[in-house]
Amino acid sequence: MAQRDRTAVEPRLALSGITKIYPTVIANDNVNLKVYPGEIHAVLGENGAGKSTLMKIIYGVTKPDRGEIIWQGKPVEIARPAEARRLGIGMVFQHFSLFETLTVAQNIALGVDQEFDLEKLSAQISEVSHNYGLPLDPKRMVHSLSVGERQRVEIVRCLLQKPRLLIMDEPTSVLTPQAVRTLFDTLRRLAQEGCSILYISHKLEEIRELCHSATVMRGGRVTAEADPQQETASSLARMMIGRELPVCEHGTARQGGAARLVISGLSRPADDPFGTDLRDINLQVNGGEIVGIAGISGNGQQELLLTLSGERPLNRRDAAAIKIDGHDVGHLGASARRDLGLTFVPEERLGRGAVPPMSLSENSLLTGHRSGMVRFGLIKANKVKEFAEKCVKNFDVRCGGVHAAAKSLSGGNLQKFIVGREILQKPNVLIAAQPTWGVDVGAAAVIRQELIDLRNQGLAVLVISEELEELFEICDRIVVIANGRLSPIKATADTNMEEIGMWMSGLFPEEREQPVVRESGHA
Amino acid sequence: MDYSRRNGNSRWSVNLAMLKIEPRPQPSRLMGYLSPLIAVGLTLVTGIIFSILVGLNPLSAFYAFFIAPIDDLYGLGELGVKAAPLMLIAVGLAIGFRSNVWNIGAEGQLTFGAICGGGLALYFYQVEGAWVMPLIILAGAIGGMLWASIPAFLRTRFNTNEILVSLMLNYVAIFLLSYLVHDPWRDPDGFNFPESRLFSDSALLPIVLQGTRLHLGLVIAVIAVVLGWVFVRKSFVGYQMQVAGLADLAALYAGFKRKSMVWIGLLVGGAAAGVAGVCEVAGPIGQLLPSVSPGYGYAAIIVAFVGRLHPVGILFASLLMSLLYLGGEAAQMDLGLPSAITGVFQGVLLFYLLAADLFINFKLKLTTPVAKAAAREALP
Repeated sequence: MAQRDRTAVEPRLALSGITKIYPTVIANDNVNLKVYPGEIHAVLGENGAGKSTLMKIIYGVTKPDRGEIIWQGKPVEIARPAEARRLGIGMVFQHFSLFETLTVAQNIALGVDQEFDLEKLSAQISEVSHNYGLPLDPKRMVHSLSVGERQRVEIVRCLLQKPRLLIMDEPTSVLTPQAVRTLFDTLRRLAQEGCSILYISHKLEEIRELCHSATVMRGGRVTAEADPQQETASSLARMMIGRELPVCEHGTARQGGAARLVISGLSRPADDPFGTDLRDINLQVNGGEIVGIAGISGNGQQELLLTLSGERPLNRRDAAAIKIDGHDVGHLGASARRDLGLTFVPEERLGRGAVPPMSLSENSLLTGHRSGMVRFGLIKANKVKEFAEKCVKNFDVRCGGVHAAAKSLSGGNLQKFIVGREILQKPNVLIAAQPTWGVDVGAAAVIRQELIDLRNQGLAVLVISEELEELFEICDRIVVIANGRLSPIKATADTNMEEIGMWMSGLFPEEREQPVVRESGHA
Repeated sequence: MDYSRRNGNSRWSVNLAMLKIEPRPQPSRLMGYLSPLIAVGLTLVTGIIFSILVGLNPLSAFYAFFIAPIDDLYGLGELGVKAAPLMLIAVGLAIGFRSNVWNIGAEGQLTFGAICGGGLALYFYQVEGAWVMPLIILAGAIGGMLWASIPAFLRTRFNTNEILVSLMLNYVAIFLLSYLVHDPWRDPDGFNFPESRLFSDSALLPIVLQGTRLHLGLVIAVIAVVLGWVFVRKSFVGYQMQVAGLADLAALYAGFKRKSMVWIGLLVGGAAAGVAGVCEVAGPIGQLLPSVSPGYGYAAIIVAFVGRLHPVGILFASLLMSLLYLGGEAAQMDLGLPSAITGVFQGVLLFYLLAADLFINFKLKLTTPVAKAAAREALP
């Protein structure tokens, strides 16, 4: 499959000389790309390299300023996604385009261009999602789904249309190793059926394993074309970032730090009938260590994070279930917990971690106002600007200055800014959800190193992530959340990905009772 | 800080036959500031076309409507008299609007403020003293806040829609005033007219410009503009309300208290409207009548949006709206046009403003049928 005679086959899609110029940046500069039938073709590049713009052009979301799109030998103009879909192009976006107030089936129905019967469609969804190992309940409301589950909706939506070119924008960042395997099987099967796949990622090992060919982009241009199976991860990384990949210095954790974040006996029924009940959660994070919570999305992470951050506080009588530096905080709101030295990096960047139309300066004020930015109820504009500038500089946030609107930044750069903002406040306890999701390798290494540095300064760091590699890279101890309960905790050195991966499906030893194995995602 | 609220990063687009509306990636800031001026220009053009259609000389109609009312000192004073309540109410409303608290009940809050302040003035009708007038204004502010606290309480406690509640309360307040001046508070020497007694001089607002009716209310309104500017641009509470207006989840994430913002938004608007109401009855009117406002509470909503929810913009917008009121009155007298002319112009102005805003955030594109055909052709 991989080594076909390319000259004999007509490319399914060929781009030639695609150029897209935005007022401030050239997103694509004379890009050429060919994808053959049945080929899994990787597009590699850092944030802002122009991968997403290129994919949007193919999918008809954006119009190129110059250049030609040739679909199966015929030049086409794709003015709208509906036209792309008619041609047989499907796309799974990195940022999902789902309506939260509708069910899974209704959302998928919206993308169906012909007439449909919702009942039949639901049955189809269940069938396709099961066949491809992505269980989904068509009747669930999207707002109750986690990021990982929302991605499944997007994937299934595309699969239903039997695409001939499938564009996947960083699809594996929210999946367990086992689920990644399943997804790869799915993609390989699709490719064998003749579907072409454009696979955007910066996970070099995955690309080496999965893809038949790769196009590397940097600064809007194609800088290399490679056969990933002939390259090493580090040679691909060099092509991608133009230098050697930075490595995190982990070191050993200091022993005997005081307990800074203590969760004891936390149980909480979900608000949402489709949510996950938290059941008897006990966890202690000491100063000077990073504890990681692994798990497939939708197993209680959202509920736990909202409870820990104070966005959904507990009742007063449960105040002692969460302690920060010895204070009972369970009943306190987010603001009061932050006053005690908690900072928090949420999963959603735009709209939760940052206000989209506000500038980076104004977004620093959102949680940074405790660092002397407000006096007598008035904002000290120069302090705010100083803080934002420091954050942009220290965390290498690529933007048009601190006056740039948050929504104008790429996902990874905004994430660097938010992580930076939460770190610069000198917290005692930092909770980070998916700290490097969608962030390119270079920036992810910077963020991980910052988290490790915080640990070395004696902070307690709790990381909730669905990326196991990341947890194994930075965490001192690791625990799994499944079905709203925590597994036993293990020192990272005493466990391995296979064991944690197994636990993620709910199969972990337990003192009191045998856990009820339930499929995640309520299938 | 002029954020276009309707411009989410929506990926949708609307198809209208061959025309297509699609969101602009980066709405122009400059056009954001210019759109009120464009709207005013188009309103004028519409006015000229309209006057030609009804057989008037457009130039003399324009003069009669926009120039004659303010070509002397008295006219300018009248401009201030009408601008004052509009400015004051709009500044108060804008603070709520910025955090998505939609108080449509300024007319009722104005009326209830007038009832409280006016009631106190009637109670003190034989009392002389410099403290009477400030006390009455305070009563007006408290009255407006009380009336606004009803939708605030219902929204924060039962999650009712403040638009409906505040709007319906307008009618309650207006009929309450009507009842009071028809019966309990009717002037005993007033030949059964539905009017209260005239207030004592101590209760009346002083005139600030001799030879006109311009009263202290304008000074209060200008002070409110300055305070409003400080609140919006400089205060942390103002910032929090802006965040809540733009991204509810971000406000929750940062731990800002949404309920107190609903309260602040409604109470500030209510206080401003209440003061505006009491300034009307203790200013140009001098007594309680069955109706104390020619719709200032509604017109102020337009003023707030024409002024881009920004206090300085509101200052200019209120002068414009006031001129529309004066011009409408002049048009009735000099041109023999019906009184609805004021409302027509207000509506036309708001229409053009919303239209201009739409084109700032979205662009109109002709869809090319060629591209579609090409795409279809490519299908086997």
